[in-house]
Amino acid sequence: MTETSSSSTKAQRSPGRGGLSGLLHRHENLRGFLLMTPTLLVMGVGIIAPFFILVTMSLWTRQGFDFDTTLTMANYARTWNEPIYGALLSRSFWISGIATVATVILCYPMAYFVAFHVHRNKMMWIILMTLPFWTSYLLRVFAWKVILGYEGVINSGLMAVGLIEAPLEFLLYSQEAVIITLAHAWAAFAILPLYVSLEKIDKSLLEAATDLGDGPVARFMRITLPLSLPGVIAACFLIFIPTTGDYITPALLGGPDGAMIGNFIQLQFGPVNNWPMGATLSMVLMMWISLIALVFLFITRLAREKIA
Amino acid sequence: MSDLSYIKRPNRPLQIYAILFLVVLYLPVLFIPLFSFNDSVYVKFPLTGLTTKWYVELWSREPVWNALWNSVKVGAAVAVISTILGVIAARAITRYRLPGKNVLVTFIMMPLVIPGIIFGVALLILMSRLGVPLSLFTVTLGHLIVCLPFAVATLLPRFEGFDKSMEEASADLGENGWWTFWRVTMPMVFPGIVASLLLSFTISFDEFIMAFFLTGTDPTLPMYIWGQLRFPQEFPSILALSALILFVSFFVVFVAQYFGRRGLESEQ
Repeated sequence: MTETSSSSTKAQRSPGRGGLSGLLHRHENLRGFLLMTPTLLVMGVGIIAPFFILVTMSLWTRQGFDFDTTLTMANYARTWNEPIYGALLSRSFWISGIATVATVILCYPMAYFVAFHVHRNKMMWIILMTLPFWTSYLLRVFAWKVILGYEGVINSGLMAVGLIEAPLEFLLYSQEAVIITLAHAWAAFAILPLYVSLEKIDKSLLEAATDLGDGPVARFMRITLPLSLPGVIAACFLIFIPTTGDYITPALLGGPDGAMIGNFIQLQFGPVNNWPMGATLSMVLMMWISLIALVFLFITRLAREKIA
Repeated sequence: MSDLSYIKRPNRPLQIYAILFLVVLYLPVLFIPLFSFNDSVYVKFPLTGLTTKWYVELWSREPVWNALWNSVKVGAAVAVISTILGVIAARAITRYRLPGKNVLVTFIMMPLVIPGIIFGVALLILMSRLGVPLSLFTVTLGHLIVCLPFAVATLLPRFEGFDKSMEEASADLGENGWWTFWRVTMPMVFPGIVASLLLSFTISFDEFIMAFFLTGTDPTLPMYIWGQLRFPQEFPSILALSALILFVSFFVVFVAQYFGRRGLESEQ
């Protein structure tokens, strides 16, 4: 309402303008898009152009130190036929999946606490919970190396107290180390969406449930949990997708058993020097992530319809 | 209030869980400053003695200063550019009824849900095909992609909570568009801009994945640390450096979050 009136007054103020400026005065939308242009341009250069060249290169092959630019599916065929790639992918999804589930389950009570039981200084709690996330990812992973290392905090601590004779070797360079570190490092990505969805729940629904005779458990299962599902789903996406491609954590803490697809992609652009293969692996990773995301969405939709 | 008591009643186990949660969240990072003051090359218990020698040694290291300067340059450029682009985008999204607005917002937020490594390698390929040599400029471009979603996410609520009638009042009182922006719009969204600047700077300052693929010969600070991690004898100095970075990051982000959320909470 107000927009149309203000634009019409402007049109009256500057009658008879032609060309581009006149066009812009008559069409608000165009002005909006024009204003967006710089941002979209940067995102275009940063997202769309690289994506296209990534797709193109994934169809090339390596030829000595150069590329053979004939388009072929050879790399894709290799990732499909050679078991190493499938194994790496499924391991990456396994590690990320466990880390995602663990993070969401551990963060849910925390988000619930802040949403329902904190009444003063909520903002302080939210800042406190998400603050570590903004600091260097590399340093947080490094901190876990210090803790889990062969002579790290846990081992040397336990030995100093006399609980163990020799360092526990399974702590560092294992899938468990990667899972623990990922779950810890990505907690903020679970906390925020969970908190937002819990905070939105109409408290009178809980009262109604109680008045109608639901106990705390039934109330939680029938109202709080279903209504917070969008937050749970968002948290799962926000953690699972970026962690599948992570390579810092597995590189520092994973050892041979904990290597993930991200490490393999990085190798293709480093020592192995097979860029087309690296591009193919990136594409394959993205396709699998999209597929898993779609299946996950489908299942949660089915589940929600069942509940409702 | 009293009829709500069965819901609002304090929940003791949950309180204990919350405190444990915060302890576990912060504890790992706190070991870094702890060992940075330990008088031993080995990062292990028992602690052998208090020292500041790692910090002193750090002070005289030329490469650390270079890396720091590189990171500050990139961070400042990224903060300013991504905040300007964020302001423009947030303004366009909230002020105009753009068709396909949701698609645009989703597009800007996309880097949040795509593994960083994919952006890193894709930009690396693009730069090499275009023949652009890797430098701090390519790192800046990479960081822009990472920071823009955060800048927009920080600024959007500010612009959304913004009362349009204020701008209209200003226009009715005879200000032109430019002065309305500076004297009405700007002061109202200012806390969001400060928050966006600070957050973008810290994200860029701490960013590693993009920098890993896009750095040329000038390393950023995280790249320098990564390079030193191979040498166990460098561990204490790296701990000291990390402790300093953590301290600064915590401080800057805390201020940013405080600014970014304060006004919003009070308006609601």
